Amino acid sequence: MKICVLVKEVPDAAVEKRIDPSTGRMDRSGERNLNPYDTHAIEAAMQIKEGGAVEVDEIVAVTMGPASAVRALHKAVSLGADRSVHLSDDALAGSDVAATGYALAQTLERESPDLVLLGQQSDDGECYTIGAVLADHLRMPSLTQVIKMDVVEGKLTCERQAEYGYDTVEIRTPAVISVGDAINEPRYPSLKAIMGAKKKPLEALGAGDVGVDISKVGAEGSQVDCGTFKAPPAKQAGTIIEDEDTIETVGKIVAWLDERKLI
Amino acid sequence: MPGILVYALHYEGAINKNSLGAVSEAARLAGELGTEAHAIVMGGDDLTDDLCASLGRYGAAKVLRAKGPEGLAQPVVDAMAKAVADGGYDYALFGGGLLGFEIGAGLAARLGAGVTMEVTAVNVDGGRLVAERPIHGDSSISSSRYKGFGIIIGRLNAFETQEAGSGAATVEDLDVELSEWSTRATMVKRGEQRGVDVDIEGADLLVAGGRGLGKAEGFEMLEQLAGTLGGAVAATRAVVDAGWFPYAAQIGQTGKTVAPKLYLAAGISGAIQHKVGMQSSENIVAINKDANAPIFEYSDLGIVGDLNKIVPKLNDAIKVKKGG
Repeated sequence: MKICVLVKEVPDAAVEKRIDPSTGRMDRSGERNLNPYDTHAIEAAMQIKEGGAVEVDEIVAVTMGPASAVRALHKAVSLGADRSVHLSDDALAGSDVAATGYALAQTLERESPDLVLLGQQSDDGECYTIGAVLADHLRMPSLTQVIKMDVVEGKLTCERQAEYGYDTVEIRTPAVISVGDAINEPRYPSLKAIMGAKKKPLEALGAGDVGVDISKVGAEGSQVDCGTFKAPPAKQAGTIIEDEDTIETVGKIVAWLDERKLI
Repeated sequence: MPGILVYALHYEGAINKNSLGAVSEAARLAGELGTEAHAIVMGGDDLTDDLCASLGRYGAAKVLRAKGPEGLAQPVVDAMAKAVADGGYDYALFGGGLLGFEIGAGLAARLGAGVTMEVTAVNVDGGRLVAERPIHGDSSISSSRYKGFGIIIGRLNAFETQEAGSGAATVEDLDVELSEWSTRATMVKRGEQRGVDVDIEGADLLVAGGRGLGKAEGFEMLEQLAGTLGGAVAATRAVVDAGWFPYAAQIGQTGKTVAPKLYLAAGISGAIQHKVGMQSSENIVAINKDANAPIFEYSDLGIVGDLNKIVPKLNDAIKVKKGG
């Protein structure tokens, strides 16, 4: 079995996010890190490999993004991926979720994976729809927000929470699965793995290398025009209390609740 | 000429509330555009003529009924793609919820269409639909316009249910051949309830717990606090998925939507999937040790501190207050 794990570099959660008003795109400068949700997808791949129920030949980390996205691939490799693929091209900048999914699907097509894993959402654009876009292009069955997955040769048994409770779905591979963060506790990379990550094979590809039709990607090729960013209606800021003396804090909470006749 | 196609999810003979909201919204927009809103449903024999026609009350002029598995996204993508190819729709609309996201995104890929998710409002401008979507922790709102076919996926509870329709909708059966990959997923068990059945929707006061509790036992102190307040205990998806608390008590995208007089959130960071299920609460109090937690951006009273220290003392203090 060959597993491809999609990863993404996102702004560090500690850095304030903003839109560049001149372009309407997210300002992607500042501290960046591997999307924390993706570490669950890598861990899921590692557990399949180590679980022994099926033979895993290879785990390949795949990303699309600017040059700096290489760091997300290094992190993915330090967490267990055998090699990585980086799709990067100026023509891809400004792609919406549908265009991004198309370009990634073209990249994955070259790898012919039996299983594509990804995190439930990315931290910056909240595009937890990308798995469904990929699956349609790759002509694979797909399920998102999976929190338990049993793998045998050719078949996955997945559990996830949907609108009416927990669903159990059987899927014949190849398939695209987005995992929820309850599926596992990701491991921390060893120092040795971090040091060795840069030595693992990393393939850099452009849009042309994977047969991306550039009229379908980038801001021009995207089918949605996002614009006119405006501020939401102002909400009155709440009161914030830093707890130093808990008795005093609790007194303030009780007074606040009492004032509103909640106790 | 038909204009907007809406997916309506159903379970055990009832249409999903968010889908009814989406049908109502589509009918309103179709009225402004001078066109029609049609709904599409997929399932088995429980999709009776009466159930399908009842969508007319919410403004659907026609309901397309396709035979197929329930609760899976890709067969619906096949059906909607077929309907679009047959009928010349310009837009597809989905209410909030998990399945709508999966179907809408898959349909965007199939049709080469534009898609916007987490939409909170849709307007008509120059004879075209424009979708508004809050982004980046709801700090900014972006508007989407579509170059061709537009797919709009609403945020949970974004579209209000309105019985503004004129009566029964026409019901038409749609023959769909499922794609090979759509048939490779099979629903084995649907809608399994995990944990005991509890009622949180009737409670005026809710104490809710999240991952910040650290362990399942953390809910014991929340039960005590809720008992003192005379309310009930609710939970986030993360801790329900982890098996710490029953699914019936879950707030958010794939759980319940509540609007109590008091919502006291303990150890909840407040991601958007949670926010959509409780933001209409009258008073929101949050206790979290991370001062950057998004929940502080929409709470009326925020306490930055250790809930293990604060909650037991708060419980004692409320007891004293109530006793005196």
